[in-house]
Amino acid sequence: MQKIILVVAMLMVLNIVVAQPKQQVPIQLPTGFSSKIVANDLGRVRHIAVNSNGDLYMKLDRLVNGKGIYRLRDKNNDGVMEDTLAFGNYTGTGIAINNGYLYATSDQTIYRYKLDANQNIVNPDQPEIVVDGLINKRQHASKSITFDKEGNLYVNIGAPSNVCQEQDRQKGSPGLTPCPILENAGGIWQFSTTKTNQTLNDGVRYATGMRNALGIDWNNEVNDLYVTIHGRDMLYQYFPEMYDQKRGAELPSETFYRVKKGDDCGWPYIHWDHFQNKKILNPEYGGDGKKEGAPNAISPLVGFPGHMAPNALLIYSGNQFPAKYKHGAFIAFHGSWNRTPEPQEGFYVVFVPMKDGVPTGKWEVFADGFSGMTPVTNLSAAKHRPTGLAQGEDGSIYVSDDKAGYVWKISYNK
Amino acid sequence: MRLKVVIIIIGLIFLSVGAFAQKSTQSKSKLMLNGKKVYDMYCQACHQADGNGVPRLNPPLAGTVYVTGSKTRLIDIVLNGLTDPLEINGEEYNNPMAAHSFLTDQQIADVLTYIRNSFGNKAGVVTTAEVKKQRAKK
Ligand code: HEC
Repeated sequence: MQKIILVVAMLMVLNIVVAQPKQQVPIQLPTGFSSKIVANDLGRVRHIAVNSNGDLYMKLDRLVNGKGIYRLRDKNNDGVMEDTLAFGNYTGTGIAINNGYLYATSDQTIYRYKLDANQNIVNPDQPEIVVDGLINKRQHASKSITFDKEGNLYVNIGAPSNVCQEQDRQKGSPGLTPCPILENAGGIWQFSTTKTNQTLNDGVRYATGMRNALGIDWNNEVNDLYVTIHGRDMLYQYFPEMYDQKRGAELPSETFYRVKKGDDCGWPYIHWDHFQNKKILNPEYGGDGKKEGAPNAISPLVGFPGHMAPNALLIYSGNQFPAKYKHGAFIAFHGSWNRTPEPQEGFYVVFVPMKDGVPTGKWEVFADGFSGMTPVTNLSAAKHRPTGLAQGEDGSIYVSDDKAGYVWKISYNK
Repeated sequence: MRLKVVIIIIGLIFLSVGAFAQKSTQSKSKLMLNGKKVYDMYCQACHQADGNGVPRLNPPLAGTVYVTGSKTRLIDIVLNGLTDPLEINGEEYNNPMAAHSFLTDQQIADVLTYIRNSFGNKAGVVTTAEVKKQRAKK
């Protein structure tokens, strides 16, 4: 008996000692994959980009030591990115590399920095302004970006609203038809990269009817734009007579779309319902949970469970991962908050197998465990929240976290 | 004249004794229970069950001066909502706080009493009379 107590006591001591070093949550991956933490404690790391030489760029939504962009570089090729460069005095989300430039966004401006032959930033303190004055009303203000093969720039301009009610998020306030927000937000705008100092009017509204298309990537296999959109909030809280607590947690779907020029995804009039596989009219516009709406709007490729917040999209074009991953989509889910009082969901990276630009099978969770707990009942307890994705030259992928400022590199080890 | 004043004073004493009695029968735990009901339905989605909110989007209600400080300011937040960013414990939050004037005076009093005495907060109750007075000022 005494022995047992002693052993238990020793185990407890051990436990305390073991628990001392910085908490690292185990990331679960399919067999053959492994992950490695390549950055940590940088706060709100939003989107990320990896250059051809392996440099990792991170866009921060809160300045760290006065800087909003961090670059990590492995100078001596030992697999550790020990060299840090910090620049940019603005916060934001978007970052991408295209045709000799690093692009980064604040919530209203798209900047770019010339890269020299050695992939160094020519003038880190004097970026060019590509587009300025984009709408920034705090809500859904993150400007994520991508590029097509011709070098055109695509930017998500999120709608500063839940469902375009007369009074935003006010119970009982009716929806506006037509929704005036769609004129300068709630869609994807296309800009030329041959000009600088542009404003919204220099761009083209490429696609509309999107509440907040935070995940955005160009699919080079089929030469089309793909996006992931955050669905509306508060179906249960405002319409308990139509949506009970469970349905309000599962609906509306988070969505993954293939988008062609001129397409409309239907916000604010409808939401996607992945149980009925229909575009359901929102109650603010006369919906009852069954009535369909927006007949001219396109349907998504996939409807995911509600509120999980698809913050980043990456169409995989690498050769490192097994063949099934080629041309498929990785989606980083930030994790929900308004499923309350149901447990929160998300906090993982999902994979959608695709070929010729369309899904070939059901989506699956690819990388899990970021929250460090199950279930997550209170959002602030979650350890990490996946927010950005990038692909390295060697075909590894990177996942960023805007809770504790981590970046993981995920590789396949054959 | 004198008599009138005396009557009024007696009346006031009566009233306040009545209010006292009411308060002790409708004990604080009842207020808290009713307040939690309102909280769960209308506030919890954004501010979360533990009152710690959602980083970047919705502020905590635990340990903020807006919750435990001035009652009139607190009542106004629920009645009118907020659109200009507040700095809350050094952070700003990007969602708007919707107006909740559709709640009754009683519901607002209950929910504010609840948040002022939950999540580690300890502050006085909010009464329906206080809510009614603020609403009339609009
Ligand atoms: C749609 C999400 C949402 C809902 C629902 C909501 N709030 Fe808020 N609340 C916010 C946001 C966002 C702010 C900060 C707004 C700002 O800074 O402009 C806020 C601020 C506050 C504040 C002041 C700041 C602080 O953190 O102390 C209080 C108090 C508050 N809310 C109480 C409530 C109560 C009580 C309810 C329910 C009756 C409620 N809220 C419902 C989002 C919400």
